[in-house]
Amino acid sequence: MAGHAGTGEAGRRGSDVRSDCWIAVEIAEGGGIQLELASKVKALYGRSIREGIRETLAALDIENVRIQVDDQGALPWMIQARLEAALRRTGIDVSGDARPEARANPRPEGTAKDRLRRSRLYLPGNEPKFAVNAGLHGPDGVILDLEDSVHPNEKDAARIMVRNALRCVDFGQSERMVRINQGEMGLEDLAAVVPEGPEMILIPKVETSAQVEQVQAGIDSIQKARELAQPIWLMPILESAQGVENALHIALASPFVAALTIRLEDYTADLGVVKTPEGTESLWARSRLVHAARAAGVQAIDSVYGDVADEEGLLSWGKGSRAMGCQGMGCIHPRQIRTIHEAFAPGAEELQKALRIVEAFREAEEKGLGVVSLGTKMIDRPVVLRARKLVEQARATGLISDSDAGQGDDGEEEVK
Amino acid sequence: MTDFGFVQNAAGRKVPTVVNGKPQPPFQGVGAFQPSGSKAAPPIRSCQDYPADGDKRLPDLRTALERCGLRDGMTLSSHHHLRNGDRVALEALQVAGELGVKDLIWFPSASFPCHEPVIDLMNQGVVHHIEGSMNGPLGRYTSQGEMRGLGVLRSHGGRWQAIQDGDVHIDIAVIAAPTADPFGNANGSHGPSACGSLGFALADSIYADHVIVVTDNLVPFPCIPWQIQGNNVDYVVEVDSIGDPSKIVSGTTQITKSPDRLLIAEYVARFVRDAGIMKDGFSFQAGAGGIALAFAQFLKEMMKDAGVKARFVRGGSTQYLVEMMEEGLTDYILDGQTFDLAAVESIATHPHHIPTSPFTSYNYHGKGNFASMVDAVVLGATEVDVNFNGNVNTHSDGVLLHGIGGWQNCLFSACTILAVPAVRDRIPVLVEEVTTITGPGELIDVVVTERGIAINPLRTDLLDAVEGSDLPIRPIQEIKEEVESIIGGKPEAPQLIDRPVAVIKWVDGTVLDTVWQIAD
Repeated sequence: MAGHAGTGEAGRRGSDVRSDCWIAVEIAEGGGIQLELASKVKALYGRSIREGIRETLAALDIENVRIQVDDQGALPWMIQARLEAALRRTGIDVSGDARPEARANPRPEGTAKDRLRRSRLYLPGNEPKFAVNAGLHGPDGVILDLEDSVHPNEKDAARIMVRNALRCVDFGQSERMVRINQGEMGLEDLAAVVPEGPEMILIPKVETSAQVEQVQAGIDSIQKARELAQPIWLMPILESAQGVENALHIALASPFVAALTIRLEDYTADLGVVKTPEGTESLWARSRLVHAARAAGVQAIDSVYGDVADEEGLLSWGKGSRAMGCQGMGCIHPRQIRTIHEAFAPGAEELQKALRIVEAFREAEEKGLGVVSLGTKMIDRPVVLRARKLVEQARATGLISDSDAGQGDDGEEEVK
Repeated sequence: MTDFGFVQNAAGRKVPTVVNGKPQPPFQGVGAFQPSGSKAAPPIRSCQDYPADGDKRLPDLRTALERCGLRDGMTLSSHHHLRNGDRVALEALQVAGELGVKDLIWFPSASFPCHEPVIDLMNQGVVHHIEGSMNGPLGRYTSQGEMRGLGVLRSHGGRWQAIQDGDVHIDIAVIAAPTADPFGNANGSHGPSACGSLGFALADSIYADHVIVVTDNLVPFPCIPWQIQGNNVDYVVEVDSIGDPSKIVSGTTQITKSPDRLLIAEYVARFVRDAGIMKDGFSFQAGAGGIALAFAQFLKEMMKDAGVKARFVRGGSTQYLVEMMEEGLTDYILDGQTFDLAAVESIATHPHHIPTSPFTSYNYHGKGNFASMVDAVVLGATEVDVNFNGNVNTHSDGVLLHGIGGWQNCLFSACTILAVPAVRDRIPVLVEEVTTITGPGELIDVVVTERGIAINPLRTDLLDAVEGSDLPIRPIQEIKEEVESIIGGKPEAPQLIDRPVAVIKWVDGTVLDTVWQIAD
């Protein structure tokens, strides 16, 4: 994308572009800052756009430059990202810190390793418009993707955009994940995003535990250098027969691996089979995923469901996935989130039973009994633990209200 | 344009006291202006001057306009049933130009992008100014101060009121009719250019001095049904085509795929359900906009789940409303406009799909109207401010780009809901103060955005009704501030010149606001 020496451009222009901009720069010997601004929101934000550009240039110590901006309503952090990318593409040394002021509030304590991860919404890293409202749709996680959704020529620009999004976008209660690229490029991605404290990194095309170890080492060195302590969880993505075969080693490669997932498009391609709506061809791989994850004490997360229009298909896939032992799946469109949450929610009967078990346990504790029983059945401890977890999640996701939990049989009518 | 003064009206807006040479009362508050006197009436005619065999046909529009006595300064009306496919309105004005007529006032019920060539006619002096909606290019032309007179924007109901009260005197009405007979009876539900209801032309047919019906589907007397009565019609002109059918109605109406808009639509439906509005025998109105259509679909599922049936729904009708009626979820569709092929087919064949007019639905100077009997209406807006005032006419940069439509009239519904994105790209929809007031905040009850639902504090009943629900109810100020923090602060004020280019009329004919010329 770099043009002549001293020139660079980044971003997108054209009538189909929304919430993005195109910026071209030409480093000059003198003449100060010459800015030519065309913007859809010039009447509303023309002054502010000019000021923002001058601030970024000052932060990067650039004094003489010709800049052309074609803006279609990009937010300030998007304009800053495009400007920085264009400047870096000139080939000049851009060493200053042009990061926008952080306004999103990353969770200082991070997220729990076993947090609810039913849905994770993919957001193409170089198309910032999708990020702004992603959290409003209530996914358990958002994935800012630097890998497959980004053209190889745009990796540098996407990295800056994702970094700025992590600093500036409020994703609400969603866990903030980044899918990095493979190998060396992935390490460069880490350098850009780790300082912004995403809660999770997705590692693509993992076939060996060494790949996870390499990413973990990369994260460790950045965190150490910057004295960052917040845990960053890992979710390796298995995309091949080899990856599936090594699933357990991969899951155990780092204590920060919190989940294992699979990408069926690539896995079926590797096998040379057709991906079907029933998923029979990936049954073993997904079963293997669940077992390896369970054995390593991490979550098993399913692939995405590709047909956005087919809500019923998604629901049935999700229910099947839950029945196999998966705890969540990916979403490629916000409208899939609710269906996935429905698919991964416990059924009313299942929840009733869990509530009764929890209540029986409470009563047994009160009476000092060592054995929990429900009716004539004795309840094993693991069953109690599972029931508790189910009730906790049901409460967290609003399936039951606070007062229901532990109220035993009264819960019958109160379950929504 | 300097021979009038300004006054601050009850909405706090500076408005001219004289518009195009006529004194105009300023807005005095909702329900405050008391009309008096009698309605206007057209001249008395006699059967002796019309053919006894009922054949009022003339060879072409030019002859008809001449026979109507077209001359400089007259008011010529047309209607937007044919939407962006209309060929008749423009042709009437162009023929007037060919006849050398100057300074006409064009009084359309709405304009569309296909009417952009009217700009040429204004530049040539054929048309003096427009009283009607000014969409897109016509709005921009007006905003730039190019039009000679002041634009006057009225709601559909306000247009009826203005005609009926004599605020506007129509010299010649040109009615494009998808089906008509030689006597002038006409309807819009049949024929190759079928468009559904012809309600917007009804007032013109009753009150204009002269009425011309133009049709491309002439049938022998009687034309059944006759929404326009031939007894009000002077001449009938047969032409090859009154419009482009593909632009008159859409083949199918598409529901939005935007996740944010779907989220808004779902919030609206849940609000209507959870506030207790959705109950047996209720009614609602939702137009053909993306969010409104999706709302109707969400609500439909909720109605099915709850076993609830509506008594009537108000169109803009689409296949989605038609399906609701066919599935027994509403007894009637009371239709103001018909947007797609399925709806046109339905209005022509289904006895419970009824065409309405601005008189029955919207006219404020009548003995009541349907709009206030609707339990909930879902509308859009370009801006809403923290006092719930709504703007549908101008954009935040001050440019006039849209008409009012039935929007003002619908505000009288028992629950008026504006379903809007809080921000469009970087342009905030929730603002401190609207650029133009099209509707006073006291009539706007709920604003639903992707970032939450704001209920007008005046509606304590609605606040109570949804208390404890899991809907994201938030103060409007809070949502607005959240939006501003995302888009980089408050926008700059639009650059306007202290020269009016158009006025916004309220439903009672008073002047609610002024549109000012933009700076560049």
